[in-house]
Amino acid sequence: MLKRVEKLTQAEEAMLAAAARVPASAGRDSAAGLLRERGLPTRRVEAWHYTDLRNLIKGFPGPVESESKPEVEAWLGSITAIVPSARLSFLNGRLVAEDAMPTGVTAKAASPATGFRDGPDMVGILNTMFATHGIEIAVADGAQVETPVELLHGMAGEGAAALRHSFRLGAGAKAVVLERHVSRNGLASHSNTVTDLEVGDGCELLWLFAQEEGEAATHLSQLNIRLGADAKLTLLLLNAGGTLVRREVDIVSSGENSELSIRGVNLIGGTSHIDVTTVLQHEVPGVTANELFRNVATERGHGVFQGQIRVAKEAQKTDARMACNTLLLSDEAEFSAKPELEIFADDVQCGHGATVTDIVDEHLFYLRARGIPEREARSMLVQAFVQEVFDDLEDEGMRDALDARIVTWLEHHG
Amino acid sequence: MLEIRNLHVRIEDEGTEIIRGLNLTVKDGEVAAIMGPNGSGKSTLSYALSGRDGYEVTEGEVLFNGVNILEMEADERAASGLFLAFQYPVEIPGVATMNFLKAAMNSQRKARGEAAYSTPDFIRKVREASGRLGISMEMLKRPLNVGFSGGEKKRAEILQMAMLEPKLCIMDETDSGLDIDALKVVSDGVNALRGPERSFIVITHYQRLLEHIVPDSVHVLYKGRIIQSGGKELAQHLEANGYADIIADAA
Ligand SMILES: Nc1ncnc2c1ncn2[C@@H]1O[C@H](COP(=O)(O)OP(=O)(O)OP(=O)(O)O)[C@@H](O)[C@H]1O
Ligand SMILES: [Mg+2]
Repeated sequence: MLKRVEKLTQAEEAMLAAAARVPASAGRDSAAGLLRERGLPTRRVEAWHYTDLRNLIKGFPGPVESESKPEVEAWLGSITAIVPSARLSFLNGRLVAEDAMPTGVTAKAASPATGFRDGPDMVGILNTMFATHGIEIAVADGAQVETPVELLHGMAGEGAAALRHSFRLGAGAKAVVLERHVSRNGLASHSNTVTDLEVGDGCELLWLFAQEEGEAATHLSQLNIRLGADAKLTLLLLNAGGTLVRREVDIVSSGENSELSIRGVNLIGGTSHIDVTTVLQHEVPGVTANELFRNVATERGHGVFQGQIRVAKEAQKTDARMACNTLLLSDEAEFSAKPELEIFADDVQCGHGATVTDIVDEHLFYLRARGIPEREARSMLVQAFVQEVFDDLEDEGMRDALDARIVTWLEHHG
Repeated sequence: MLEIRNLHVRIEDEGTEIIRGLNLTVKDGEVAAIMGPNGSGKSTLSYALSGRDGYEVTEGEVLFNGVNILEMEADERAASGLFLAFQYPVEIPGVATMNFLKAAMNSQRKARGEAAYSTPDFIRKVREASGRLGISMEMLKRPLNVGFSGGEKKRAEILQMAMLEPKLCIMDETDSGLDIDALKVVSDGVNALRGPERSFIVITHYQRLLEHIVPDSVHVLYKGRIIQSGGKELAQHLEANGYADIIADAA
């Protein structure tokens, strides 16, 4: 069992003090109780081994002022689109603007049902302590939604905000969702967003997570997915910002023969710490999962990928593959990868591989021998390495937009 | 065009000297063939000339049109008109051949203070050059050299050479891996580039290539030195007799 902490840190004290001002509920009380008892997780907690939250979170700023100002709303409005979308804008944890939803989609602001998993689910625990708002989105059965639904989360103050969304995709529906996170640069904001997503039978869903917060921002988020039968789910992730980031994806495959593809790019520079933790739980037969991450770590950045695949005894014919490739561009950059397979079925195909490399000298020389200057040649090779992840995206507009973000990031950190 | 004087090159990691006092002059418009047994230092010479890291010049000088290029970076040498067609072109995943070609051409033009090619001009040029070499536009959309057959890689090298219009072309065993028809296509491509302002160093093991690309001079490289030079008949002599007598004479 998790050990009781002797003395709370300043950040833990501040979190508990802030939580005491949030309207009480049974869930909130037990979440706060857990934090008080165990403190934030340290590296001794397996799931947080590479992200010692207790050490990394130095302070907690208290809730951000949620009253919005025109100037700040204008900033959020000016955030460029990835692709044209129907946008729901959240500023400092509150819904501030909403486009009309496409046919077949309903969205309504809600006081969310919070909650957390057993075990050291600190993202869920903190979310339960603080989230009082969120949005409930439902896509009707069979709706073929062309326009992407965008959840744009913006932080514009030195404070914390938490949101809890629920998203339901009815049977046979098709949709594209853009979950985006931005913050004003230089602000030490703390954001915590948890989304519970239910994907019905026969759905086709593309969910893009793009985190481009400022260089002082702390970002904790979680996507909990229940995947139905014969569904096709593509998750794309781009981390290109934040000082402390933990993104968790938890997928329970509860319907047979679904296809799951997770493709992510983590760009880690400055002194940032970016952790992506995925848990795939196969509970039924015949689900295919393919996971590919490409990471670039430079300057003093530290990246983490934890990929867990659990295959239950019943989940025969599971085909799960996971690859995590990292380019380390500086001596002080670091990347920790922890693939974990827990397989209880006997007729499965599972594999994983993690590599850490540097730019290949022969490649660099080849480009330079053709007249491409070193800096540019390096940047071409790094781009090539990460852009492969999004190469087979059907939506060229989305691919180009993601590529452009990668290029911009590399220009600032190359 | 090119003047190499008493060149010494060693492999930085190993410390072994591979090029050991090499002298060679290539005149404007000249096609100079270099032949020599495996491991004699032909590729090493080509790398040292093109500025590859790890190939350390410990002595001597290399004047390229009067300029000592040994102080220049690889990309500067390329922009000043030096081109190396690699013996083993590397595969570079994720970099589309077309984008690479455009970046290479425009980087060189920029370094020389020339205007960049517009996309339509560039495409027109690629179409022409690839047509002549029997390379499909489809292939150019693929990542650089990835999955290209041995012969396709060599053709792609010559395509790059044709596009970049260098002053000095160093071709390291361009004939290896080419079938008989491809050898003809590639040789025609090279011959079309010959002119009074452009010189070639053709590294090869076989007289066959030199029947298509007729050299003005032939040089034998052995243990890091040119031990014999002559006209095209020297290549015929080597084809018939091997290296033994020439090596014995030099000893
Ligand atoms: N990077 C390197 N590290 C160690 N040794 C090297 C390196 N490059 C070349 N050499 C050595 O230098 C010598 C000359 O090699 P080089 O490739 O120049 O020969 P070559 O004449 O081109 O041979 P071939 O006809 O087989 O292509 C060889 O003994 C080779 O093993
Ligand atoms: Mg060689």
